[in-house]
Amino acid sequence: MAYGTDVVLHDISFEIAPGEIFVVVGASGSGKSSLLRHLIGLQPPAQGQVRIEGQDLYVGDQASLSGLRRRFGVMFQAGALWSAMSVGENLVLPMRLFTRLPRQAREQRARLKLALVGLDGAFDLMPAQLSGGMRKRAALARALALDPALLFLDEPGSGLDPVNAARLDGLILQLREQLGTTVVLVTHEIDSVFAVADRVLFLDEVDKTMTALDSPQVLLASGPVRVREFLQRGHGATVAAAVARA
Amino acid sequence: MNRPPSPTHHWHAQGTEWALVLAGDWRGGAAAALSAPPAAAAGAGVVVLAQDLSDWDAGLAAALRERLAPLARLGVPLQLDSLPQDVRATLTLALPQAGAASPLVAPPPLHGLAALGQRLAEAGGQMLLTATFLGEVLLALGRLLRGKSGLQRIDLWRQIEQCGPLSLPIVALTSGLVGLLLAYMGGAQLDRLGAQRFIADIVTVGMVRELAGLMTGVILAGRIGSAFAAQLATMNAGEEVDALRVLGVNPIDHLVLPRVLALVIVAPLVWAYAALVGVLAGALPTALVYGVGLREYLSQCLEALTWTHLWIGLFKCVVYAALLALAGCREGLHAGRNAQAVGAATTAAVVKGLVWIITAATLSTIVFQSLGF
Repeated sequence: MAYGTDVVLHDISFEIAPGEIFVVVGASGSGKSSLLRHLIGLQPPAQGQVRIEGQDLYVGDQASLSGLRRRFGVMFQAGALWSAMSVGENLVLPMRLFTRLPRQAREQRARLKLALVGLDGAFDLMPAQLSGGMRKRAALARALALDPALLFLDEPGSGLDPVNAARLDGLILQLREQLGTTVVLVTHEIDSVFAVADRVLFLDEVDKTMTALDSPQVLLASGPVRVREFLQRGHGATVAAAVARA
Repeated sequence: MNRPPSPTHHWHAQGTEWALVLAGDWRGGAAAALSAPPAAAAGAGVVVLAQDLSDWDAGLAAALRERLAPLARLGVPLQLDSLPQDVRATLTLALPQAGAASPLVAPPPLHGLAALGQRLAEAGGQMLLTATFLGEVLLALGRLLRGKSGLQRIDLWRQIEQCGPLSLPIVALTSGLVGLLLAYMGGAQLDRLGAQRFIADIVTVGMVRELAGLMTGVILAGRIGSAFAAQLATMNAGEEVDALRVLGVNPIDHLVLPRVLALVIVAPLVWAYAALVGVLAGALPTALVYGVGLREYLSQCLEALTWTHLWIGLFKCVVYAALLALAGCREGLHAGRNAQAVGAATTAAVVKGLVWIITAATLSTIVFQSLGF
């Protein structure tokens, strides 16, 4: 993966199973967001392929690629709500574009998704009227608008208070258990990693590649030193904070 | 009064290690002169001996960090125990861990031919980007004509609302003043020949054929072209455009086409309004300064107005509107992802819009005159 001649990541290869919660971690600048941009079809890889359900995300006619893209939902780091539309319209637009649902049904579904993320009643508000954490939750609701089989979440927990962060973790687990949704999560929140991850991919900012891929418990016990340090610091800080609260 | 001892330092081999011996007063800018460790220190250890240090400030820690950081990154053992506690604590926090990534280094600035080459390459890249953008807009127009566009009617209507009515007061003011000026200056020349009644011809032809369109373009470039650029650049910075792309929505269909079409639809109305206000304003000096009555002036205006002038004026105005809308959308959609880039895109949209409009005005005038229109 490269921007011009600047190689961001190399030798990245992994598969994600249906229904898996797959978490990408790494220090700032390790290429997590770049990897995500490649996975969601915004940046073609300099070499190699990104395949979703066996189909190359960057090869094919426009119709099949659009069809493939509609199978997944993306929540961006800063929310990326369309600022000229109300929160409700943000959720309704994907349904208006890609379904034949009548207006009332679209709005009902949008209100349901908002309720799922604890934003019941925010339908008519504009994004500018929401706090940062609320915007992120509204963005998650929009990512869920088309009931995607695959969900990409970029730093969903950052900026959320502990209660809502824990609620978000619960929601991710429920989506997988109730709907079989596959979740790819990029995060710095080690609490969330241990709460939801089936497997963790660790990106190293020095080697510019993946240095570990396993369950968080295995990586914490026997992963490479830098991975263990990374997970221990976050985990340790969580335990220390819990002790301090107690 | 005793002068503070001068700062001194030297590196010397001490068994298997290298020692840095510091002595004297290291306040002020003295620490900047601290020399780099010898190359051999990278394969050994380093001990800092600072027992004879008499005074120091934050500059000492800054200079030591700069000299020792490459060694720390390589994992060379550093003994800092003899340093004053505050300097040691600062260094402990600031020195990188063994194996840490190299610090980011900005590429050195280019000079002379290399800088010129880089600018030419950048300019070429920008031109290619503009050509690609125009091609994408043409393809989107083709999809629209075939009924396969993702353009939403509500988006088009929203843009029409934003483009039109709010521009009318400023267009009236500028066009009125231009009409007034045209009549006044034209009258000054025609007065010498006793041909004051032809002031109406100058104002009518000038406003309808050239100036109403140009003034409309200039005002819309400042008001609407800049707004398009700012809106799209902000959306780009906030990942809103990416959010559309991952949804499979073409940003040209969804964001650019409604804006370009809205301006092309609205511009003729604003042009007609500007021309009318300009011609009416021209009546004022014609009557008050040159003694031509209002009825005679309006009658001469109608006589001077031909379908050719009307069509040429309308054509130019539509071209200007399309150009400035494209300039605004092109700059906004390809802006960087920070606040400074939003400002730069807005400025570039206005400058580019004006340059494109004036170039088009000149070329079209030459072409129409050459063709005898």
